Amino acid sequence: MAYPDIIGKSVPRVDARDKVTGAAKYTADLCPANALVARVLHSTVAHGLVRAVDISEAEKVPGVEKIVTCFDVPDIGFPTAGHPWSTEISHQDIGDRRLLNRHVRYIGDDVAAVVAVDEVAAARALRLIRVEYEELPAYTDVSSALAPDALPLHEEVSDSNIVKQHIYEAGDLDAVRSRADLRHFRHTYRTQPAQHCHIESATSFAWMEGGKICVVCSTQIPHIMRRVIGQALGLPWGSIRVIKPYIGGGFGNKQDVLYEPLNAYLSYIMGGACVRLEISREEVFTSTRQRHAEELDYQAWVDDKGRLMGRDVLVLAQNGAYASHGHAICANSSTVLRDIYNDELATRTEAKTVYTNTGTAGAMRGYGIPQACFAAECMMDDIALELGMDPIEIRKLNMMRPGFVDPGTGIACNSYGLADCIEKGRELSRWDEKRARYAKPQSGNIRRGIGMGIFTYKTGVYPISLETASARLVLNEDGTAQLQLGATEIGQGGDTVFCQMAAAASGLDFERIHIVSFQDTDTAPFDTGAYASRQTYVTGKAIKKCGELFRQKLTERAAARFHRPAEELTVAGDRIADRSGATVVTLADLAEDAFYALDGSEHITAEVTSHCTDNTFAFGCCFAEVEVDLALGRVKVLDLINVHDSGTLINPALAAAQVEGGMSMGLGYALSEEMLYNGEGRLLNGTLLDYKLPTALDVPDLKAEFVVTDDPTGPFGNKALGEPPAIPVAPAIRNAVLQATGVAFNELPLEPKRLVAAFSERGLI
Amino acid sequence: MFDFENIVLAASVEEAVAALSANEKAIVISGGTDVLIKIREGKLAGCDLVSIHDIPELHGVRLTEDGCIHIGPTTTFAELTNSPVIMERIPVLGRAADTVGGPQIRAMGTVGGNISNGVTSADTATTLLNLEAELTLTSPAGERRVNVNDYYLGAGRVCLDHAELLTDICVKPENYQGFGGCYIKYAMRNAMDIATLGTSCLVKPGKGGVIDTLRLAFGVAAPVPMRARNTEQALTGKSYAEALEEIAGLVRGEITPRTSWRASREFRLQIAGENARRALEAAWAEAGGEV
Amino acid sequence: MLQIIKLTVNGKPCEIAVDRRWSLAEALRQALGLTSVKKGCEVGECGACTVLVDGKAVDSCLYLALWAEGKSVVTVEGLKSGDNDLHPIQKAFIEECAVQCGFCTPGLIMSAVEIVGEGRVYSRDELRKLLSGHLCRCTGYENILNAVERAVREING
Repeated sequence: MAYPDIIGKSVPRVDARDKVTGAAKYTADLCPANALVARVLHSTVAHGLVRAVDISEAEKVPGVEKIVTCFDVPDIGFPTAGHPWSTEISHQDIGDRRLLNRHVRYIGDDVAAVVAVDEVAAARALRLIRVEYEELPAYTDVSSALAPDALPLHEEVSDSNIVKQHIYEAGDLDAVRSRADLRHFRHTYRTQPAQHCHIESATSFAWMEGGKICVVCSTQIPHIMRRVIGQALGLPWGSIRVIKPYIGGGFGNKQDVLYEPLNAYLSYIMGGACVRLEISREEVFTSTRQRHAEELDYQAWVDDKGRLMGRDVLVLAQNGAYASHGHAICANSSTVLRDIYNDELATRTEAKTVYTNTGTAGAMRGYGIPQACFAAECMMDDIALELGMDPIEIRKLNMMRPGFVDPGTGIACNSYGLADCIEKGRELSRWDEKRARYAKPQSGNIRRGIGMGIFTYKTGVYPISLETASARLVLNEDGTAQLQLGATEIGQGGDTVFCQMAAAASGLDFERIHIVSFQDTDTAPFDTGAYASRQTYVTGKAIKKCGELFRQKLTERAAARFHRPAEELTVAGDRIADRSGATVVTLADLAEDAFYALDGSEHITAEVTSHCTDNTFAFGCCFAEVEVDLALGRVKVLDLINVHDSGTLINPALAAAQVEGGMSMGLGYALSEEMLYNGEGRLLNGTLLDYKLPTALDVPDLKAEFVVTDDPTGPFGNKALGEPPAIPVAPAIRNAVLQATGVAFNELPLEPKRLVAAFSERGLI
Repeated sequence: MFDFENIVLAASVEEAVAALSANEKAIVISGGTDVLIKIREGKLAGCDLVSIHDIPELHGVRLTEDGCIHIGPTTTFAELTNSPVIMERIPVLGRAADTVGGPQIRAMGTVGGNISNGVTSADTATTLLNLEAELTLTSPAGERRVNVNDYYLGAGRVCLDHAELLTDICVKPENYQGFGGCYIKYAMRNAMDIATLGTSCLVKPGKGGVIDTLRLAFGVAAPVPMRARNTEQALTGKSYAEALEEIAGLVRGEITPRTSWRASREFRLQIAGENARRALEAAWAEAGGEV
Repeated sequence: MLQIIKLTVNGKPCEIAVDRRWSLAEALRQALGLTSVKKGCEVGECGACTVLVDGKAVDSCLYLALWAEGKSVVTVEGLKSGDNDLHPIQKAFIEECAVQCGFCTPGLIMSAVEIVGEGRVYSRDELRKLLSGHLCRCTGYENILNAVERAVREING
């Protein structure tokens, strides 16, 4: 389908100028200088009950205004997930959080909070608070948490440590198991806990004004934030006002409510004084969210041609101390297995999300798919190796095809670029030539290989949850317009493509659309926010509908003033034109008249809600060429190519930038990033020095490519893009290392210590 | 905001030493990249500071007529790397300094701080050990000189008395002339990292392709940076080819790294042996040794 | 614990009252409202607070405000020329799509200013090293390298 020219145009970001000049304001930049400073005291035991908190010495520190402990806060459980609220109680998120906790469940849990005049006083007071714990057994991994005699971490949720579990079955797996003519493969794949590492910390400040608690915070989900703060404090949701300025990255961590309810509460008990709660980098690591560590016990039965006949996969997700997103992420891991590959006869997946006494896992770019994709793509190469097949050929034999409909969710493959993505990657990476070259026996310390991996990713959360978005366009007196959304710019370029979409739908020039980037829940239209790679799709539909309504209102006004039939008129950039293209009136004149005509002023706005009942699959693949230094356990990535089918690209340059960032995150996930906990549940490497996200010297040149399709369900043919780039990189690298060394690494990351140990064991060094 | 009580901004060594002797609790701060982090962590919270950040006499690299190279302790890593004297005469030291952290840290952190905080992973320490650098320590009582190989007392501890300040790092010509050098930092990232294992090698080729003098030092192979003296001795007088063959095994038999969450003893042994060989190879090439 | 320090900020001499315990980052943000100087880690690991002190890029979170006495400090706010035109590096960042969330951007631009000021061109690998004191989670550094490469070429090429 042909879209207006502004769709598919790489216009510069609308926020770029402010961001390169320092004019862009983030939460901390807006905080009044005289705000009080809050700090949180964290648990030093992984599991226990707080018996007593002695604040007597801490209270004496000059500058300390208030200390609250877990015994002072309201006993209200609240959920934190950035999910749309469900009116059905059974679908509501688990409300297992308290502002501060008497039952502490991980090292880093929140026990008390200090409010002081400055950070030094607050820090001194924190060091003087004495907490007496009654320690309970700590379960720092899934297996200990699932032991029959393990105490449940949350008795009110479950009498075991299983947050939730479910089984999916299709076909007769027993019949598959009993077939002697099939090859049986079974491997356990493990992925590590990882973190988002947005460069701006989780930070907020709060004060009271007009009877409301106002909270400025770095969040992806301002409207959900408002609801959760209301729930946590037991206050009407409308009495909370959330303001979201520019944010320094989120990647899912800020798709959760973090310390904002506590911040709101602290302002509330300080009589509405402005209180700032800035979480330190170390606290971001220990006490916000992380990517689930998952273990997939993966069985596959294939015929001698490489066709998957059946699979049986158990997915265990380590959820940490609190439910956060509950079972949604682990469930997503299991669902994608049946989407990306199809079994001829039978499929069984079982998924369990498990509480443990470690940091809480929540949303992180990819939402369970990177873990599952790692396992699925490792298994594909493991099978291909055994059968002597080319990894691409075995995938083509088994992967999703056009017309596929997920049997559980009903999500259909509405547009399909997967096969073309693979072909494009094959060509760009010179797969056939290199795969053959590196297949020849290699000797010496340096070995090379090439590998690949594929993925699919849904677009938004329908039909699991509600998908809804609103948009508003407001005409200015000069014929320009404000675009107001509840959808959030979090660095991905949302604001820019929203403006492009609004221009396309309304007919206004792109330059005439001004987006209101900050969300203030008192004035912004409702939207659930940035997650699930949903906004260009779900909010995009709202913008399209809103833009069309705005266009209609403008033409109707012109029709009425100039006595022309409205259906003959249209908006053409900066004017109203008729069918011949002749100018009827400029938008500037039309707007001036609309505001100030003595015989009939009208403030032209368009506001719509779009309830989305569609979903669609995005696709892509990664090709990686590596060089392995056996003796030093080092993997050097020589070439890295992602090819994506995200439907129509609204802004190709920004889309490529998004892909590059995701590839780098995938690279870190593959090779170096891991949150390391000791046996007591203490995080060992919770700093940006010790947690090894890549620097500019650790990333090769990144090649982002696309296969453009036109998705009939997308507002402009577009589908998910934000999260997918991080997904296929780790398995592609792992499979390249497999070709280079013959060693199948089934656990992430492929970091030097793991590699050296494996190479030593196999006599390679 | 950093939690310290008082700070004296010393303008001279005399002032700094006087301020230290006047206050038992005072801590020296130079580039700030270590001390300020410890204050923020709470380890040094509430301390008093004596800043030597802006003392001209402690800063810069000088070559004296006798061929000695004097490095002011507050010389930053970047200044060391870019010093023409260092580039020309001890390039390995400049390259080692160039592996610290990232560019901004290298523009702030100082070589004196790098060795005086007593950390085993210090990237310049191993090369200074190999260079037999002579340190001048100044106190109200006067000056004394200590070989850097005798400076370290234990993890995080050096033989500085409270009122004593490191005021000069001197490398004598006999310790750099004729040597080729190589420092290999093994870390989990290529920047912004601390060494999992640091390997520094200085070698002076003798006639007929034999090792005349070998100096080999490791970071993170022991609680403090260490010389592998047994390996050095065992390979002195051997042919380069033999040395290349034997060095990894000798190193692995000599050093005693610990297992920590960062890396196991076995891993560090593997890397140390391999990088000792690679460092010898590069140092030999730099020295123009016969192959 | 206030103290008056004199320094030059973005080309203008100024006298500011600082808490002696402040980092330079805090002084620039709180006393002068230069909020382009971002706090990402407070321990010199992310580079978001990078400013130029006497022409050298440093992490202002680990630099005491008192040390800036008599020195010249430049932040991103100081790059615009009189006619409100952007610096070529800022333009390159926009045109090469090197900006995403924008939180690391001002610091990176300041390192780029130092790099460009050296008056020479660099290989891509050299640039990677020169920019390696900045963590960016959005871009994979690809477009940042493109932008700095372009600015270096335009100015020094």
